[in-house]
Amino acid sequence: MLESAFFYMFGGLAVLAAMGVVLARNTMHSVMFLIFCFFNASGLFFMLDAEFLGVILILVYVGAVMVLFMFVIMMLEINTAVLREGFTRYLPIGALVAGVLLIEFIAAAHSGIFTDGVRATAEHLGRDVNNTVEIGKILYTKYLLGFEIAALVLLAALVGAIVLTIRSRKDAKYQNISAQVRVRKEDRLRKVRM
Amino acid sequence: MVELSDYLTVGAALFSLGVIGLFLNRKNVITILMCIELMLLAVNLNLVAFSHYLNDLAGQIFVFFVLTVAASEVAVGLAILVAFYRTRRSIEVEDINTLQG
Amino acid sequence: MHETAMSLNTTELLAIPALPLLAALLAGLFGWALKEKLTHWICCLGTIGAAILSIDVFVQVQHGASFHGNLWTWMLSDKFIVPVGMMIDRLTVIMMVTVTIVSACVHVYTIGYMHGDPGYTRFFSYISAFTFSMLVLVMGNNFFTLFFGWEAVGLFSYLLIGFWYKRESANFAALKAFIVNRVGDFGFAIGILAVWYYFGTVEYQAVFAQVPAFVAKHVSLHFLGWQIEAITFMCLALFVGAMGKSAQVPLHVWLPDSMEGPTPISALIHAATMVTAGVFMVARLSPMFEFSETALATVTVVGAITAWMCATIGLVQNDIKRVIAYSTCSQLGYMFVACGISAYSAGVFHLMTHAYFKALLFLAAGSVIHGMMAEQDIRIMGQLRRFMPITYGTMLIGALALSGLPPFAGYWSKDLIIEAAAVRDMGWASELAYWSVLTGVFMTAFYTFRMFFLTFHNSDRVPAKIKAHVHESPKVITVPLLVLSIGAIGAGLWGVSIGLVDAETMHGYFAGSIFVLDEHNPLLMLEEAETNHTLGFFTHYGPLMLALSGIALAGYMYYRESEMPKRLAASFPRVHDFLLNKWYWDELYAKIFVAPARKLGTILWQWFDLAMIDRGVIHGGIVDSIKAGAARMRQLQTGMVYHYAFAMVIGVFGFLTYLLFKA
Repeated sequence: MLESAFFYMFGGLAVLAAMGVVLARNTMHSVMFLIFCFFNASGLFFMLDAEFLGVILILVYVGAVMVLFMFVIMMLEINTAVLREGFTRYLPIGALVAGVLLIEFIAAAHSGIFTDGVRATAEHLGRDVNNTVEIGKILYTKYLLGFEIAALVLLAALVGAIVLTIRSRKDAKYQNISAQVRVRKEDRLRKVRM
Repeated sequence: MVELSDYLTVGAALFSLGVIGLFLNRKNVITILMCIELMLLAVNLNLVAFSHYLNDLAGQIFVFFVLTVAASEVAVGLAILVAFYRTRRSIEVEDINTLQG
Repeated sequence: MHETAMSLNTTELLAIPALPLLAALLAGLFGWALKEKLTHWICCLGTIGAAILSIDVFVQVQHGASFHGNLWTWMLSDKFIVPVGMMIDRLTVIMMVTVTIVSACVHVYTIGYMHGDPGYTRFFSYISAFTFSMLVLVMGNNFFTLFFGWEAVGLFSYLLIGFWYKRESANFAALKAFIVNRVGDFGFAIGILAVWYYFGTVEYQAVFAQVPAFVAKHVSLHFLGWQIEAITFMCLALFVGAMGKSAQVPLHVWLPDSMEGPTPISALIHAATMVTAGVFMVARLSPMFEFSETALATVTVVGAITAWMCATIGLVQNDIKRVIAYSTCSQLGYMFVACGISAYSAGVFHLMTHAYFKALLFLAAGSVIHGMMAEQDIRIMGQLRRFMPITYGTMLIGALALSGLPPFAGYWSKDLIIEAAAVRDMGWASELAYWSVLTGVFMTAFYTFRMFFLTFHNSDRVPAKIKAHVHESPKVITVPLLVLSIGAIGAGLWGVSIGLVDAETMHGYFAGSIFVLDEHNPLLMLEEAETNHTLGFFTHYGPLMLALSGIALAGYMYYRESEMPKRLAASFPRVHDFLLNKWYWDELYAKIFVAPARKLGTILWQWFDLAMIDRGVIHGGIVDSIKAGAARMRQLQTGMVYHYAFAMVIGVFGFLTYLLFKA
């Protein structure tokens, strides 16, 4: 009973927060809603015995990714009014598409096509099972290659992000103000004997 | 008792909201990126739910990889955004169509 | 075959090919950073190191050590196993020492010769890599390492002939060498595959062990409608490869043209080492060739024809390098005659002495060319001995060695081949061989000294413009010349001293490396004839007399300026033209191969390419319709993110519907 209550709380709040993300006028509020949504999803993860992923979701997503979002939003000067343009115009079609999709998804979820071999009720794992250890065991053995590729993907993203945003290019002619200030007469003038 | 289909329903709702967001926010790239995050979250939720109900840890490993890719995607996406903003002073998606065939 | 008494150090053996390879990689990949000086130091040290190690290995082998074994597996496919291994015995070490010493001399020489060339580091990289390939070729213990080395030396030969790639003629010559070698390599590859097919292995020793039993079974096969013994087929196919690489008739046409490459290359690749690979291969595979009379006769006849024909062409050539090139062809013919009459050891002996004196001749010629501002025509040289005394002296040594005068190197080996040809009885084949090599001696002496006198004596015909620059070459050029002249003088005597000439020990010296049936062995026959004094006076001293008279005639005609050669040419214009145009081989090939190939190419180009593909397929059919379709499809790609998202959603929608209906 208690489990159902928590499920409805987390699930409902997550969906509400997601609506907030879509509908909020201010981009900053969207980010906040998304963070809230992540917290709730993390709660759902915990209920599904995926403690490690729940923690990771908060640490990585809320702690890093969403902060990055905020950082970028604050850095850029964004005209919110312009960005909201056409919002109401596309609302009907968007709602229609999403509604049809949602109905279909729910129909699929309840139709029983996904329930082959599924346990009827969720029995939770014992206290002695450490989710992190279990994931570690399987991640570093069976999925080692995938793990290393993931590391390379992160490296590539890291390098890519730096390359994209780095400012100093050889072909760009930026002012070097300190060099201009430091200049002395001898550097610019040459006496020629006539 | 909470069943698998309940979790799938929540996932479906999150995914659909992500899709709506893509349609409504035609201008704001940041919101589009966030909607994509929302959709990925829905997928992750489904994966974890399946993992739990099928008693197979592989689902959680996939979530792990999805998180990795999503984080990379956000980093590169935002970097592109910053670079784009620098040259155009705008983050409107409709301006980012010079590559269209 | 041969029990290993003492094993050689694997690391040392591996270092021999590895040093030049390392040098080549450094020079090739980092030549731009190392600059010229460091590059030539690295490459010279690499090769000299390989030479020193080779000599060390030689000494050990001399004391009875050997190495047979596999090191790695190269390819593995069911029963097809190709190991990488080495077979180091007396035959191999002689080749190794010869290759590395000549290569080291050429490396040092190159410093002076190629000085200031824009491709300086590239050149060093190529010759070091070539040395590596040649060492792999001789040191390997199976047919595939042989093939690898074979192809690799061919590649570097191609690259080096076309080294001055801006010259059209160099490109043509490189292509010609490559294509003609392709013909030979085709046969070679078929031979190797046949060996694997019949013996199930490609390792020399395993194959050789099976040969006698295999021959006793008289396995035969049908090839192009002929019934032919399998062993003969294999030997002939392999020999086709040797004909290509060692420039034997009718695949000899590429060697004279390969003189387009820089002279150090002519010395290293097209005189001393690569072209002798065919001879080495036949000697190495003696346990197979010995069991096929047909193959031996073929080797003998091809060698004899080449030896004689190329000597006649050499008589009238006017390019200093071409004269030497034709003499190389001719001398390779001698070596094949030696192999064909089962005197493999004499062939290998001649291979070794030839490597020294021919490399010497080429390098000396290169020194002349260097001094003459890249002029190669001997008609406008003359009296050069006054300007370049060291070149003159070393060239004289080389010429005497090539002509076969005692005590120079060529005398010992060439004499042995001729005497062996005299005593061996193979019917008309050995008769032909004997008379070819015997008359060849006269011609060899004549054309060598014709070239020599025209270059260094005769009248001074050097144009004034060049004359101002004529000078002796620097030390980096003359020192290798002096080193090689030691070889050209001493290699023969040295060979005698380690027992290469004496018939009895000859059989013993290469025991385990070279296999000769007793009833074939001409050296045993020779020894018998000598003890019974049945060997005629002419057989003994004929070659020497012919060589001396060849030199005398050359001296009479060319020592001083004389009208006689011109008159002679004028009175036999047909013969002169025939020889000057190299027996019209090139024209013949142009007629029967090149022209039809061009015609076929034109037909394919006009009818298939232009008419069918361009006009039919591209502008009428497939390509245009794809283009039109793509133009319409392109409209779908709007560049709008939400359009793509919409398409995705539709996809998900369809997929889910399908799943629901299926359930």
